[in-house]
Amino acid sequence: MTISFSNALGIHEQALDVRVRRAEVLANNLANADTPGFKARDIDFKAILGEQMTSKDMGATLKMDTTNGKHLPFGSDGGSEALLYRTPSQPSVDGNTVDTQEETAEFMKNTMQYQASFQFLNGKFKSLVHAIRGE
Amino acid sequence: MSLNHIFDIAGSGMAAQSIRLNTTASNIANADSASSSEGDVYRARKPVFAAVQQDAMRMALGGDIMNDQPENQGVAVQGIIESDAPLDMRYQPDHPMANDQGYVMYPNVNVVEEMADMMSASRGFQTNVDIMDAAKTMMQRLLTLGQ
Repeated sequence: MTISFSNALGIHEQALDVRVRRAEVLANNLANADTPGFKARDIDFKAILGEQMTSKDMGATLKMDTTNGKHLPFGSDGGSEALLYRTPSQPSVDGNTVDTQEETAEFMKNTMQYQASFQFLNGKFKSLVHAIRGE
Repeated sequence: MSLNHIFDIAGSGMAAQSIRLNTTASNIANADSASSSEGDVYRARKPVFAAVQQDAMRMALGGDIMNDQPENQGVAVQGIIESDAPLDMRYQPDHPMANDQGYVMYPNVNVVEEMADMMSASRGFQTNVDIMDAAKTMMQRLLTLGQ
């Protein structure tokens, strides 16, 4: 039996990371709530988490790789294919598609889901500690 | 961890909104500053907001696109413009600032519009403060991992 952190922690490590990235995207939407022409963006959580999981499994999908930091990423914008544009619920004169209420609600929801993922991850660590101590 | 980025983004939002509040305060304070010539009269000032996007810059510098998430950089005030709305000319021949025709120039500040702008700016500021607070809680949580 091999013990590895990635096996022990499961999906929660990646989930926490994607939650943070989503919080960042939503915070950017809210900061630009009054910027003319700004288009609200969001992450397709399932797609990006799936992408991270497959890249962790290595070789599950054949992907173009870059060998130098200055190479242009292949695909839309390098690993963030799941960063999409939100469909506005109502048009605005200045072309801004940020709905502050909707974004705030999504941000709060994301924060709660982050805390849930955190609890799971913390629980995994706690059970590892229990196993090590043999209590 | 990119939680640090949220502080930068919310901070840029707060800075932009406070500049907007500053221009509003200046406009309302000068709403009745009379002048006798068109060149001297105060004109309503408005900030121009623009999203900060530095993808190209970061990429050229060899940044890691995958992990840096460079799309999100917050908001910046690109500049402050003076409104070119028509000035308010009032016929007040007894006014010390009146010109030869008896007209006094008043700024093109719409006080009602400025008040609405003020409320929008303070709400926007509040939202950004809430975001920063949430990010702080998330970060504090993260520091207790494994305890």
